[in-house]
Amino acid sequence: MKTFKVLGSGCKKCANTADLIEMKAKAAGVEIEIIKVTDMGEIMGYGVMSTPGVVLDEALVHAGGMPTPAQVEDWVKA
Amino acid sequence: MFAIFTQFADLIAYDLLGLAPETRFAHALHFFLEDTTKIFFLLTVIVFTIGFFRALLTPERVRKVVAGRPRYVSYPLAVSLGAITPFCSCSSVPLFIGFLEARIPLGVTMAFLIASPMINEVAVVVLAATIGWKYALLYVAAGLTVGIIGGLLIEFLKLEKWVEEYVWKIKMGEAALQKANTNFKARISYAFEQVKEILGRIWVYVFIGIGIGAALHGYIPESFFVKYASADNPFAVPAAVLSGIPLYSNATGVIPIVEALLAKGVPLGTVLALMMSVAAISLPEMIILRKVLKPQLIATFTGILFVSFITVGYLFNALIT
Repeated sequence: MKTFKVLGSGCKKCANTADLIEMKAKAAGVEIEIIKVTDMGEIMGYGVMSTPGVVLDEALVHAGGMPTPAQVEDWVKA
Repeated sequence: MFAIFTQFADLIAYDLLGLAPETRFAHALHFFLEDTTKIFFLLTVIVFTIGFFRALLTPERVRKVVAGRPRYVSYPLAVSLGAITPFCSCSSVPLFIGFLEARIPLGVTMAFLIASPMINEVAVVVLAATIGWKYALLYVAAGLTVGIIGGLLIEFLKLEKWVEEYVWKIKMGEAALQKANTNFKARISYAFEQVKEILGRIWVYVFIGIGIGAALHGYIPESFFVKYASADNPFAVPAAVLSGIPLYSNATGVIPIVEALLAKGVPLGTVLALMMSVAAISLPEMIILRKVLKPQLIATFTGILFVSFITVGYLFNALIT
């Protein structure tokens, strides 16, 4: 099972990002776990300064805005 | 170059709707039509172009570029990069922590945060298209100067003690982000996403701004502004800055109001001071920054900006007539 972490202090875009990942995973029939990381120390620990950021299985794959649907599909299927 | 938008507004308001050009409603409607088409056209074109060329600097890169530089380089660099680096205000907190963690001085970090909302490439182009390049450049120069002076003052006063303690303890990881996809198709789709995202975020402010601008333009007589907002009234500038504090808008959204006030003969300094205040001092931004700054620093920061904007207003009113 893949573990996604959505990094962000709880702004709207962060919530949208988490929803997008969940939706795409469901559509692809892939089981995932989503963790919303709001602790600033932990977010910065991934080297991210512009949120939302996305971490897939402990590797940072995205930062600085909403990912595109195509990107999310790639992560879910990869 | 922008005459087409005037002609379009002429066509709709006077020819199609048959309004008499001298009525108040016609004035307001004409302003609204012209500004709506012009500003949204410009917004789309500029955001798309910048998105395509990826002139977008990320805050992570800015941090790398600014860190470890001597002050005479880092301050001008911070405000200039602040002006052209787009970031969502919800990122102010990680950005602030990230800068300090890279040992960028608090003053330089604050200079970046002051300049960023006040100046951005979209606002500058729209400002130039509505009130001319000369005034737009003056606005940019004043904004950058306020950023540098504000930052230097915060450094001089040694206000690090008013930064929340936990901020100094955070250690940042080294991010290994993959290179962005730079082929033509990816650039186009990225540029489209940018237009969608940025317009989606600021269109409300722009519309409200145009609405207020149109109302001022059509319904408030010039004599009102001559009486209360002329350069002879010493209270006009502080009043403009004060009224900008509770008002919160994107810099681009204030421009139609700037345009209408200038056309009514309100002096340039007063108008630009208002624009700076609306864009740079806002309650939501303060609430976000409260996570990393103690109330004393937020108050000092607001106070410095308040005084700077008033100074800019008086200075421009005195120098430009």
